[in-house]
Amino acid sequence: MKNSTQAQDQSIKKMNWFDRLAHPGQFLKWSKYLIIPLIIITIVLFALGLWYAFFNSPEDYQMGDTVRIMYVHVPNAWLSQFVYMAMAVSAIGTLVWRHPIADVSMKVAAPLGAGFTALALFTGSLWGRPTWGTYWEWDGRMTATLILLFMYLGLVALWRSFDDQLRAAKLIAVLTLVGAINIPIIKFSVDWWNTLHQPSIVSAKGLSMPASIYIPLFVMMFAFTFLFATLHIVGMRTEILRRRADALERKSLYNTGAKGEVK
Amino acid sequence: MSIKAFSAIIIRDVKLATRSFGDMLTLVLFFTMIGVIIPFAVGPNKALLSSIAPGIVWMAAFLSSLLAIDRFFRADYEDGSLLAMRHASISLEMIAFAKLIALWLTVILPLIIASPMLALMLNMDFEIFGRTILSLLLGTPALIAFGGVGAAITVSLKRGGLIAPVLILPLSIPILIFGISAIRSNSGMGVEDNAMLFLAGISLLAMAFTPFAIALALRLEQE
Amino acid sequence: MDKSLLNYKLKVEKLNLIRSSRMILEDIAFEVKAGEALLLRGANGVGKTSLLMALAGYLHIEKSTVDWVIESKSNDEHLAIEDMHFIAHQHAIKEALSLRDNLSFWVNINGGQNSDIDLALEQAGLNHAADFEAGLLSAGQKKRLSLARLLIIPKSIWLLDEPTSALDSEGDKWVASIIDKQLDRGGIVIAATHLDLPMKKHKRIKTMILGQASLEQTNLGQTS
Repeated sequence: MKNSTQAQDQSIKKMNWFDRLAHPGQFLKWSKYLIIPLIIITIVLFALGLWYAFFNSPEDYQMGDTVRIMYVHVPNAWLSQFVYMAMAVSAIGTLVWRHPIADVSMKVAAPLGAGFTALALFTGSLWGRPTWGTYWEWDGRMTATLILLFMYLGLVALWRSFDDQLRAAKLIAVLTLVGAINIPIIKFSVDWWNTLHQPSIVSAKGLSMPASIYIPLFVMMFAFTFLFATLHIVGMRTEILRRRADALERKSLYNTGAKGEVK
Repeated sequence: MSIKAFSAIIIRDVKLATRSFGDMLTLVLFFTMIGVIIPFAVGPNKALLSSIAPGIVWMAAFLSSLLAIDRFFRADYEDGSLLAMRHASISLEMIAFAKLIALWLTVILPLIIASPMLALMLNMDFEIFGRTILSLLLGTPALIAFGGVGAAITVSLKRGGLIAPVLILPLSIPILIFGISAIRSNSGMGVEDNAMLFLAGISLLAMAFTPFAIALALRLEQE
Repeated sequence: MDKSLLNYKLKVEKLNLIRSSRMILEDIAFEVKAGEALLLRGANGVGKTSLLMALAGYLHIEKSTVDWVIESKSNDEHLAIEDMHFIAHQHAIKEALSLRDNLSFWVNINGGQNSDIDLALEQAGLNHAADFEAGLLSAGQKKRLSLARLLIIPKSIWLLDEPTSALDSEGDKWVASIIDKQLDRGGIVIAATHLDLPMKKHKRIKTMILGQASLEQTNLGQTS
């Protein structure tokens, strides 16, 4: 009697590197060894970055100490876009190559992306208060980030609306890609709209960056990226295990496959 | 692919929409009522109303078409027509394109026809109204196209009603931005015309490419 | 209506069908030639509709073969889906339109002749209601209308999901006779049906029973 997970395991017979990467069971095996190293690297990078950010980098001549928020804001803003690109690549993997864990990657990335985007908005708002005088300005960058947050949250809600997660994956992949194509258009249109209505643009990134600023910035960028990588891999493992638990539960309820005999 | 097949789809969808006249009427009523509610919300000051009128008209059209998304493909999906159409001598992409045209005719055109009422209630200047109609004509095809993508992806969800508008709204913001800017702007000459061009560009690209996404999603729905 | 059909051969080998990470069909293999019919039998929910959908090309099938081979002349393979009628459980009828309008839509998007509609309606026993709204029909009449699609456009492959449901014994005979005619013309018919269709020439009819491996039968909804 075969069951659905065994049917997938049959592909173990001939495994090249692609299979090792792709197959859910294999993925669970090798990703286990990645977690501890990833956590350690993340902690080290954060420690290093925060030390640099607080103790070893200069104040800004205009903004004073508050410029240090940049070391959290900029990485989050960058990640909010990077995670969407990672989702888009996973979406292509789901649709074009039918890669078995691409849809898991896409699903797990969505709430993470939402979180980083929300953090970017939050830190940007905190930074804006002393700089612009208000907690919110409709400038091109912040507005586009806000729209991106809604796109992420919409995807999270969509995942939860479907009963069948595998069918959902392919449909959501289509939407993710349509969204990816739209992002440049959205940014362009929001910037354009902003220049119409706010002739004085506050540019928070117009700083020329000496090494004492861009070293801690890059360290923090890497730190946050590794944080995402760690959370992503852990999330993927959780999702695969959850699906396995569901499949086992279903197996105990349903019959196995129907066999046919032709007369 | 033949013209006869293509137009058969448009004609059938338009016929069906006019037979369920109640649905069309509801949408037009919703559209018009936004114009009625606004003076209650911001006060009946004529100068204020006429200055926000283009934004209100666009917002009303925007929201009304988002509301209509759920009905785009649901009937054909549920009664099996989509399945049967896959065996036609016309590709599913062309079928999707034909349906988008039919949707524009049955969802947007009634709104545009009803828009003079809105213009009247919001004390809109006549010349502004002309530009508003033009911007609606240029921008609403893109709204329908994006709505179609949202509809195709959520057609199998039983309570899919509100999630498709929520998904499509962020993607449609550029249309709203250019649509309103195309009517009147207060900085520099020619900006409105640029906006009109961007609007037309988005609509063309959207109508050209979304049928592929829609057909793909509709095929995936059946898997 | 006597347009000659392409001769297809359907070869299915080691078909494994997984839907919603559940194995619906396992190791199915069979062959159907032009002029033959395959009847699918089995309990409700066992996978007959899923098999038909897999044969129609709607489902993504991994590591297995469903091959519609054209034998009469060389041609693109993917046109098999255009040379197919799939009469599903859903009838694809628009209730607000008349019977004639319903059928003429299918004629127009399949490149057929509008003149065949009246004949098809007559054969389906619906010509007296040609201009009525389809919503007024009874369940059996709607089924006849949905089957009338088979008559207005000649296509080589017929995939039928419970073609006799809601029909009376006259309707059963009618379905059997049109399947016979289709087989005479060299078409292929694959039908999921729990009834014995009163067809002639039994030796060209194959039957496949989709069974269950285990004893327990839980029916938690259709696999379609």
